[in-house]
Amino acid sequence: MIKKIVILLITTLALTINVNAGSDNRLILKKNDPTEIKDCFEKINRATFAFNNALDGIVFKPVASVYKVLPSPVRTGVSNSLDNLSNLVTIPNNVLQGEFAKAGVNTGRFLINSTVGLLGLIDVASLFGLEEYEKEDYGQSLAKHGVGPGCYVVLPVLGPSTARDTIATSFNFLGGDAWYNVTVRNDTQYLSNEDYYMSKVTGGVDFRAKNYDSIESLKKNSVDFYASVKSLYLQDRQQKILNTNKIISTQDDSDWEEIDNN
Amino acid sequence: MKKKNFILIIFFYFLSTINVNSIEPDVFVQSTVNRATEILSDSTSKDEKINSLKKVAKDTVDINGIGNYTLGSIRKNLSDTQKNRYSELFQDYFLKSFSNRLVEYTNPEIDVFKKEKLNENYTIVYSLLKATEKRPEVKIDWRIYTKYPNNPLIRDLIIEGLSLARTQKEEFASILNSNNGDINALFKTLEEFSKN
Repeated sequence: MIKKIVILLITTLALTINVNAGSDNRLILKKNDPTEIKDCFEKINRATFAFNNALDGIVFKPVASVYKVLPSPVRTGVSNSLDNLSNLVTIPNNVLQGEFAKAGVNTGRFLINSTVGLLGLIDVASLFGLEEYEKEDYGQSLAKHGVGPGCYVVLPVLGPSTARDTIATSFNFLGGDAWYNVTVRNDTQYLSNEDYYMSKVTGGVDFRAKNYDSIESLKKNSVDFYASVKSLYLQDRQQKILNTNKIISTQDDSDWEEIDNN
Repeated sequence: MKKKNFILIIFFYFLSTINVNSIEPDVFVQSTVNRATEILSDSTSKDEKINSLKKVAKDTVDINGIGNYTLGSIRKNLSDTQKNRYSELFQDYFLKSFSNRLVEYTNPEIDVFKKEKLNENYTIVYSLLKATEKRPEVKIDWRIYTKYPNNPLIRDLIIEGLSLARTQKEEFASILNSNNGDINALFKTLEEFSKN
């Protein structure tokens, strides 16, 4: 019993130390700065990126081009359902990041939208004043606790990530994602593997359709498409980790000031 | 007495001139947006629209400033000839990339709603591109260079929190890194982009 208490205290202390280290937004900003993140496996990453790009051309782009002409209420409904499912990862991460009020709001949103909102198709919770917060994941929670991103990686099919975020994703498959638990781990007889994988593929198509024109324009107007995607992904991650509305690029003006002084 | 009045009149005239010439960054952005919207809503050909958008960019964007930012500290090691070459190539690249991206939008509605002064040199102007059937609402923030208040200039567009200038800078850095910092490799890439 005493041993358990000691372990619990040590764990809490270690966690507190990490929380304090991670609470310094400047430090988190610096650690997750796109220019600070090394592309250790650039050759492999570029090859995987080329593979993903080809796959996009064969599968995701054509499907997304059909999906985006579906009636707006259908697309909104699908998007709402996917957002609703993502709460199952966001809520535990709100708690891990000490955002208990957000965890409460997101739980309320999930319960209302899953029932009154017809399995998440309609965002009824917003009408009750429970506004949607940013999505959270285990990678963001690790970053908040001071874990650095490690190297930049491009995963087959899944796309850009970092070493930290890739490892963190495995938490979803170790019990950290209730949707995975009730489908793939068969915690219930009503849902199956297909439901999980279908939701992930639909999520990919929904994302591709929402960003259809932007991605095409970026492809056409980039001198190095790989580098553009890497930069945009890492900027986006940095912003999500900090959960800030303030534009990241205005938080460090040194680069801009430097050109004025020369 | 007459002399005193005369001095006062001159003084107030001078003050009013300063006010007239100084342009508020949010007004500047809204008027730039209106100019671009007018071009995009016009029934002219795509090429004509591109040419008109390039003219707007030349008037309102600090292309040289963005070029310097995008190149990063390597520019300090360049000769004057290389600097001039880069400046020319960057201008062509920027105008083509800028107008190509914009020309795809038809009748965009952008509302400017807030501004935030960062320091004497920079103000961020916040705006929203209204949602349509085809795309969701998009947040667009503008980094305005305000060192010369009578001639504000755009230095960056930050779309949904993602800086275009920063992305461009990292793209250029990647090209230079892949070619052992050889500026000629970047020149070649920019040249090819502008030609195609």
